[in-house]
Amino acid sequence: MSIRLSSAPHIRTSASTQSLMLNVVIALMPCVAAGVYLFEMSALAVLCVCAGTAVLAEYVWQRLMKIEVRVGDCSTLVTGIILGLTLPPTLPWWAAMVASAFAIIVVKQLFGGIGDNFLNPALTARAVLLASWPAHMTTYIDISRDHIADAVTMATPLSGENVVEYTYLELFQGAIPGSIGETCKAAILVGLVYLLITKTISWRIPVVTMASAFVSAFVLGMDPIHAVLTGGILFGAVFMATDYTTSPMSASAQYAYSVGIGFLTMIIRRFGAYPEGVTYAILLMNILTPLLDKYMPNRIYGHGKKKEAKEA
Amino acid sequence: MMKERKSLGSIFLNGVITENPTFRLVLGTCPTLAVTTSAINGIGMGAAATFVLIGSNVVVSLLRKFIPNNVRIPSFIVIICTFVTMVQLFMQAYLPSLYESLGIFIPLIVVNCIILARAEAFASKNSVIASAVDGLGMGVGFTLALTLIGMIREVIGSGTLFGIQIMGAGYEPMLLFVLASGGFLTYGLLLGAINAIVRRFQKDKHVEGGRA
Repeated sequence: MSIRLSSAPHIRTSASTQSLMLNVVIALMPCVAAGVYLFEMSALAVLCVCAGTAVLAEYVWQRLMKIEVRVGDCSTLVTGIILGLTLPPTLPWWAAMVASAFAIIVVKQLFGGIGDNFLNPALTARAVLLASWPAHMTTYIDISRDHIADAVTMATPLSGENVVEYTYLELFQGAIPGSIGETCKAAILVGLVYLLITKTISWRIPVVTMASAFVSAFVLGMDPIHAVLTGGILFGAVFMATDYTTSPMSASAQYAYSVGIGFLTMIIRRFGAYPEGVTYAILLMNILTPLLDKYMPNRIYGHGKKKEAKEA
Repeated sequence: MMKERKSLGSIFLNGVITENPTFRLVLGTCPTLAVTTSAINGIGMGAAATFVLIGSNVVVSLLRKFIPNNVRIPSFIVIICTFVTMVQLFMQAYLPSLYESLGIFIPLIVVNCIILARAEAFASKNSVIASAVDGLGMGVGFTLALTLIGMIREVIGSGTLFGIQIMGAGYEPMLLFVLASGGFLTYGLLLGAINAIVRRFQKDKHVEGGRA
């Protein structure tokens, strides 16, 4: 028997950035499928433009800057698809392109590339679009009930100006006006289950965010079930808030972060000028993440106090 | 005190390039971000600040041996206020539209730190001519920077340049750039780009064996 002597680490996993990111891509597929089924070709076009531009932008940037080309880790593909899923299907292709390039070059690469961006690139790009072309960002296709697939400026069920009252089941199935990936809650849940089974993310952030949103909506006097089934809160909680780079590391900080997202979303919906607040809620908590990491750090093994160990 | 006399040309270029108040010293960022929604606003703000800079530098330099050290800052502020009031009244009378669009930021030139910084760091220690040239250089540097930022923001955010439509009719302006966040974004990107250029320039100089 031969004994190999080597220094730590002794236990390795086969997980790599690429494998984790591919898991996310797979988990996004139900949303993509649901979006394309509900909104047809226009949704597919937006998704393709976003994903394609993101990958191209990262490749071109890394070649121009003469740094290692890391398109292969798929993180950019994830950003592109997630961005596409948060956009309305009627968005003009050039706006999707600008947003996607902005997400990769300004938000991600200028701050140092993968792992160094302090904001979620896809969400920041979405916020840029909202500030730049508000009319395009609030034009939704009315696909409910009578199924008129015409682009009309149509309020989402969130704005409260709607004549149509959707049932919980309709909100869950997703045949409602909204962004490509956010309307079909069933598809998002399938993705969440896949992410949890493959241990790509922990249950903490999505579950606590939804719980916080539910409780906050109840406290603020809104219908809590309606609140968690409308808008992008579920999509944001599963795919955006869980971004490794921009969410805190320790469990306690993750609780604070998630509670903050759910609470802020409901505050913005209830009192803000915009009907939806998930984008800004997550971005705000992204900004607070370094602070949460500082004041609620992971206990380093062998350091710090465990209550019994203190007396020794 | 400066032992060796610097040439007036180098004092001027110091303000425009080496110590550009906006991109190298990062002073006076408040008006820089607030008024640069269009190129013409940038020029207007820059010109007003340049006038105040030259005027206050000259007067501070003239009075530099007369002002007691303990009360120099209040004295500088009073001198600066005088010139700002002159600019404000002049603009209100002859350039009412520019006056309207610059608004509160005209009186706020009083607290623009570039002006106090030059009074304190340069004019109170140098001759009248040198101080005037320093004021001019700093003012021109400030104006160029503001105009550059204003041009970028105007072209992207409104599709115009100096009020003239330059983007095609189908261009839909990216409103972000005329909002405050677009100002921060443009300023930050330019600052980064200029730092990168300067670093490369200095590296080349070091390779040649000279000292920057």
